[in-house]
Amino acid sequence: MAHDAAHDHGHDHHDHGPGPWTRIFTTTNHKDIGSMYLWFAFFMFFVGGAMALVLRAELFVPGLQVVQPEIFNSLTTVHALVMIFGAVMPAFVGFANWLIPMQIGAADMAFPRMNNWSFWIMIPAALLLFGSFLVPGGAAASGWTLYPPLVTQGGIGTDMTIFAIHLLGASSIMGSINIITTILNLRAPGMTLMRMPLFCWTWLITAYLLIATMPVLAGAVTMLLTDRHFGTSFFNAAGGGDPTMFMHIFWFFGHPEVYILILPAFGIVSQIIPAFARKPLFGYASMVYATASIAILSFIVWGHHMFTVGMPAAGNLFFMFATMLIAVPTGVKIFNWIATMWRGSLTFETPMLFCIGFLCMFTLGGFSGLVLSIAAVDITLHNTYYVVAHFHYVLFPGAIWGLTAAVYFWLPKFTGKMYDETLGKWHFWISAIAFNITFFPQHFLGLAGMPRRIPDYALQFTEWNTISTVGAFLLGFSQLIFLWNVVKTIRSGEKAKDKQWEGADSVEWTHLPSPVPYHTFETVPNLKLAAPAH
Amino acid sequence: MSTAPGGYYFAPPSKWPVVGSTALFFFASGMVMWMNDIQPVGFLSLALGFAILIYMLFGWFGVVIHESESGLYNKQLDVSYRWSMSWFIFSEVMFFAAFFGALFYARVFSVPWLGDFDNALIWQGYGAKWPTAGPYLDANADYAFKTMGAWGIPAINTLLLLASGVTVTIAHHALIANNRSRLILFLFLTVVLGAVFLALQVYEYAHAYSDLNLKLTSGVFGSTFFMLTGFHGFHVTLGAIMLTVILFRCIKGHFKPDHHFGFEAVAWYWHFVDVVWLGLFIFVYVLV
Repeated sequence: MAHDAAHDHGHDHHDHGPGPWTRIFTTTNHKDIGSMYLWFAFFMFFVGGAMALVLRAELFVPGLQVVQPEIFNSLTTVHALVMIFGAVMPAFVGFANWLIPMQIGAADMAFPRMNNWSFWIMIPAALLLFGSFLVPGGAAASGWTLYPPLVTQGGIGTDMTIFAIHLLGASSIMGSINIITTILNLRAPGMTLMRMPLFCWTWLITAYLLIATMPVLAGAVTMLLTDRHFGTSFFNAAGGGDPTMFMHIFWFFGHPEVYILILPAFGIVSQIIPAFARKPLFGYASMVYATASIAILSFIVWGHHMFTVGMPAAGNLFFMFATMLIAVPTGVKIFNWIATMWRGSLTFETPMLFCIGFLCMFTLGGFSGLVLSIAAVDITLHNTYYVVAHFHYVLFPGAIWGLTAAVYFWLPKFTGKMYDETLGKWHFWISAIAFNITFFPQHFLGLAGMPRRIPDYALQFTEWNTISTVGAFLLGFSQLIFLWNVVKTIRSGEKAKDKQWEGADSVEWTHLPSPVPYHTFETVPNLKLAAPAH
Repeated sequence: MSTAPGGYYFAPPSKWPVVGSTALFFFASGMVMWMNDIQPVGFLSLALGFAILIYMLFGWFGVVIHESESGLYNKQLDVSYRWSMSWFIFSEVMFFAAFFGALFYARVFSVPWLGDFDNALIWQGYGAKWPTAGPYLDANADYAFKTMGAWGIPAINTLLLLASGVTVTIAHHALIANNRSRLILFLFLTVVLGAVFLALQVYEYAHAYSDLNLKLTSGVFGSTFFMLTGFHGFHVTLGAIMLTVILFRCIKGHFKPDHHFGFEAVAWYWHFVDVVWLGLFIFVYVLV
C-alpha cells in the first residue's frame, strides 16, 4: 500500500486534469468533496457565530441598542438554522466523506456524482437563506422551530426559508443514502461491521436517522407552505386543524435531529480518546449498541419539547420517562470513555484536550437535560435561558468540540502537515473558559425566569447577561485562533508523520501515508489481519 | 471512467451535479416568487429551473445508462444501487408518514378536542364529527361539502393499480426469461393502467370541486384529502414517467436477463406507490 501511495503522490498534480475551478464544480473525489463540505461548514460557523455575537451585543445591557426586535428575531432564527444545517451537519458530512472510505478500505464513496450534488445543493439553499434578509419583511423570525401560527404570518423570507429547508433536506437524504450504501456495501475483506471504527458506526446510525426524519420535516414545512398560500387548515383550529399538530410533526423530526448533531461526535471522541490513552476503546460492542439504542429511543421522546402545550398527563408522563431512559445508553458511553482512559498512558495533545472538554461539558449538558426532562420542573423552565444553556452545553462542547478535536486529530493526515500545538492549546483553554463564562450564567438567568428569544429584559438580569456577552465575544475571538491555526498548518506546518499519533489504530493511520494520496485504494486492500481487534 | 483491476469503478468528473443545483436554485426561487405574486419573473424563473432540470435529468441519466450498457457496472455496484433505492423508498415512506400522521392526529385528537368541554364556549354547537371542515368553516354554508364515495372511482382505481402491479411483475418475469415481446407488451400495459388511473384521478378532482364542493380549502378534511391523494398522484405521475423511460429502453433493447436493476428499481417504486394507495383507500376513502 505504501508503494501505491508513494507512486500516487508523485503524480498528484497532473492526476486530475481540469483546472482548480472546473475541479471544484465537477469533482467526484471523496476527499475534494469532503474538503468542500468542511470549508463550507467553517464559513457558515463564522457567519452563524457573528449572528450570535450581534444577539449577545444586544443583550449586553437592558434596552434596545444594537438591532430592532424584528432583526433580533430573524437573527435568532437564522443563527440556529445556519449552525445546525450549515455548520454542524455539513462538517460531519465532510469528515464522513474524508474518513469513511479510508477507514473501511474503499476507493471512494458509493455514488461519487451524487456525492458532489449533495454538496452543491447546499449552495442554493444558503443563497435562499441569506437572501431572505434582503426581501421585504426580512428573514423568517419565528425561531428555527417555525411554529405556526406566527410563521403563517411571516413574509417572503419565510417561504425562502421553507425552500432552503427543502433543499438542505434533499442534500442530507442523498448524503445519507451515499454513506449507508458505502458502509454496507464497500467494506474491504476483513472489515466486518463489528470491527469498523466507531466513527463509521455512529455515521451509519446517523444516516438512518436522517433518512427517517428529513422527509418528515419536508412534510411539515410543506404543510406550512400550503397553510400560508393555498388555504389548507392543517395548523388552523378554525378549520379543524391544530397548531400543536405542527409541533408534534416537527419534533418527530427535531428530536432525532439533535442526535444527528451529536452521534458522529460520539464516534470521533470514541476514536480519539483511545489514541491518546494508548489503549483500545473500552466496551466497543456496548458503544455500538448504546448508539443504536439512543437512535431508537430518539423517535419516542419528542413530546418533551412540548410539556407546556397541554398534552394529556399520560402523554407527559410517557415522554418524561422515555426521555430519562436515554440517560442509560448515554451513561454507558460516558462510562466507557472514562474507562478507556483509566490506567491509560495518557498524553494531552490538543485533540485529546478537546475530547476531555467534551466529556466534562457534554455531561453537564446531559444533566441539565435530565432536569428539563422532568415534566413538572419543565413547566417553569420551558422557554427560559435554562433551555438555552442546556442545549448550548450539549451542542458547543458536544458537536463543535467533537468537530474541533477531529480537525486537529486528522489535519496531519489530510494535509501531511502538523498544526501548531501551542496555538491549539491556547485555542482549547480560551474556548473552554470563554464557553463557561458565556453559558454557565444562563442557567442562573433561566432559573430566575428570564425568557429566551427576546431582545430586552428586566433589570435584575443585567449582571449575568453582561458577563455572558463578555464570554461570548471571547469565545468568538478564540475561534479566530482556530482559523489561524488551520490556515497556518496548511501553508507552513511542519511535516507530519504517516502515523502521527502512536495510539491511533484505524486504517487511515496504519495503512496510508500523510498526506493521503488523491486516490486512496486503487485495488481492494486486504484488511483481514490488519483491522484492529477491539 | 474505468474499472480498475481490483474491481473498483471510478466515476469521471461530471458537470451534472452543478447543473442540477442551478436548476433547483431557479426552481425554488421561482416557486417563492410565484407564491408571492411576483410576476412574470417568478414564472420565468420556475420555467427556467424546470427546463434546466429536464436537461440535467436527460444528461445525467444518459451518462448512467451509457455506462451501464457498456458493461462498466459490476456486481458490487448493482448491490449499491439496490441499497440506495431501498433507502430512497424508505425516505418516501417517511414523507407520506408525515401526512398520514396529520390525518390521524386531526381525526383522533384535534377535531374531538375542538368539540369537548374546554372549547364549548368558543365553538358553540360544534359537533366535532369527521368529516369536518372545522368549527368555523362548518358554520358557513358556503363551505358545506360532501365526501368522495369509496366504491366508485376510488375502488376502480384500486383495481387498476393492483392490476398494474401484476402486469409489471409479469413483465419482469418475461425480462428474466428473455421474452422481449412479452416484456414490452406487459410493460406497456402497466404504463396504460397508470395513465388511466391518473385520468380518473383528474376526473375525480373535477367532480369533487364542481359537484361535491370538496376543495383544498375545505378545512382539515379537504387539506388532508387533497394533500394525501395529490402527493400520491404526483408520485404515480413520476412512476409512470419512469416506467415510460424503461419501456423505451426495453424497445431499444436495453437490459439483460441478469442485469436490469434500472427496471427493478422502477418496479419497486411502482409497488411502493401501490401500497401507499392501499393506505389511502382505507383511511381516506373507506373509513370516512
